[in-house]
Amino acid sequence: MNAIEIEDLSKSYGSLQALDKIVLAIPEGSFFALLGPNGAGKSTLINILAGLTRATSGRAAILGHDVRKEWRQARAKLGVVPQELAYDPFFTVREMLTLQSGYFGFGKENRAWLDELLETLGLAEKSDTTMNHLSGGMKRRVLIAQALVHRPPVVILDEPTAGVDVALRAQLWAFMRDLNAKGHTIILTTHYLEEAENMCETIAILDRGQLVVNTAKKELLSRHSWRQLRLQLLPASGLDLPDSLVEKQVAAPAGELLLRLHREEDHIGEVLTALAQAGIKFSDLKIHEPGLTEVYRELTDKGKNHD
Amino acid sequence: MTNFYGFYTLLLREIWRFLKVAVQTILTPVITVLLYLLIFSSVISSSRQMLPGVNYLTFLIPGLIVMAMLQNAFANSSSSLFQSRLNGNVIFVLLAPISDYEIYAAFVGAAVVRGILVGTGVWLAACGFAFVPIKHPFLALVFAVLCTSSLGALGLVSAIIADKWDHISAFQNFVIVPFSFLSGVFFSIKDLPPFWEQASHFNPFFYFVDGFRYSCLGISEIRVGMSLGVSFFFFLISSFWALWLLLRGYNLRS
Repeated sequence: MNAIEIEDLSKSYGSLQALDKIVLAIPEGSFFALLGPNGAGKSTLINILAGLTRATSGRAAILGHDVRKEWRQARAKLGVVPQELAYDPFFTVREMLTLQSGYFGFGKENRAWLDELLETLGLAEKSDTTMNHLSGGMKRRVLIAQALVHRPPVVILDEPTAGVDVALRAQLWAFMRDLNAKGHTIILTTHYLEEAENMCETIAILDRGQLVVNTAKKELLSRHSWRQLRLQLLPASGLDLPDSLVEKQVAAPAGELLLRLHREEDHIGEVLTALAQAGIKFSDLKIHEPGLTEVYRELTDKGKNHD
Repeated sequence: MTNFYGFYTLLLREIWRFLKVAVQTILTPVITVLLYLLIFSSVISSSRQMLPGVNYLTFLIPGLIVMAMLQNAFANSSSSLFQSRLNGNVIFVLLAPISDYEIYAAFVGAAVVRGILVGTGVWLAACGFAFVPIKHPFLALVFAVLCTSSLGALGLVSAIIADKWDHISAFQNFVIVPFSFLSGVFFSIKDLPPFWEQASHFNPFFYFVDGFRYSCLGISEIRVGMSLGVSFFFFLISSFWALWLLLRGYNLRS
């Protein structure tokens, strides 16, 4: 079964089309990244799934439960870590978790799980501290704990590491990996593309309300056809490139040669032989394979060029 | 299908919230009302008959109890929901499998509890000035629940509609306070000029006060059945308004 199923989902605010006929299926148990620039519609999509926003048309379901018709079951299956650092200033960390657990219908029987969450997220020592006395990072951990009080099989993290230091970020990702290994579906939105690249198997990119891509990470990365070969030239090196490589040269600092090579058509061995034959000598070389950042830029820039 | 435990937790959260600041939410209103009692009992002769066989102090106390209940029930739901909206923590309730009816019932339920706690506090403290019997306890409870739940619902309405604290404050100071002051708490509406006496009949708070006063003293300005009917009607109107906004998701869900 799919953790999330979205069919022809649209949302408009007056003349603004926030989402335009989105079709998306996220398999159960996956670690999924939902990327896109600001205003792409990511938060609108998440809010529709969470029941905070009502779609103009189309359908969305969580583990088979329609978010409008079977909203209680849908919400019970979903945990959302919101982007904003919202907190209730009246209560301590433990009280917040107890209340949130109660909202989902869990009583004292859930106490052991709440203790485990406090421990795992490094909140045990702060469990009796009121929320307004916590640092930003601690508040972020509480938000994550709150989203997990009812052990939701599907977890959405909306920019969970915004403003979080490196150590906590690593801790959070280890925790999320562990949850995913236990069968939870994790859906992540982030502006840190390296995080998405490291963590997620499948990546979808939204741009101006439209789903630009939805595919496996490997396939997505292989779509970018270019890589860069950077050579550190020796002082005695010649500078006349063979004709076959002239068009592939791109601007580089003095003393370096930078070539943009096609991943499949330009074989590195042949390029190096051609350079050697042309008398180009170098002391070091680096090959830069494209990452998600390049693919993301290419996909989201493409649209902008059509404006 | 209902999520009773979810509703119960939200109700508990709302009660817990105001108990955490009980000096502000319970003690202060009781003391404020006692100050009214002290001042009015000093300047108006206690021997003055407001209703047949009822002196001024005995007449005043049930009215003050209702006024305290009304104002605190409104303050509870309006400040709690609006603060949650401003802080963003209302999202924790909106994400949970709790229906709009359950949200309504929890907020209004907590407003009823706070209103009745303050009302009881005022009654107990006022007994130091003059003992006010409660001749019809069940009826008193019915009026207490009707007035606090109506104002709890109106508090929800103002918290949903408001965009800033100024709006809540305006609703409280320009609607709730004048209506409660002009509801026959401090005087019999029969002492008013004919126009204002007639106008008072359009003030729903008057029916809360008169009905509650009957429950305590066994005597009232209008028939208690009329007070009960109007109070119930006002409860329905204010609840319908609050539920309509919640079900539409106005300012809560986009």
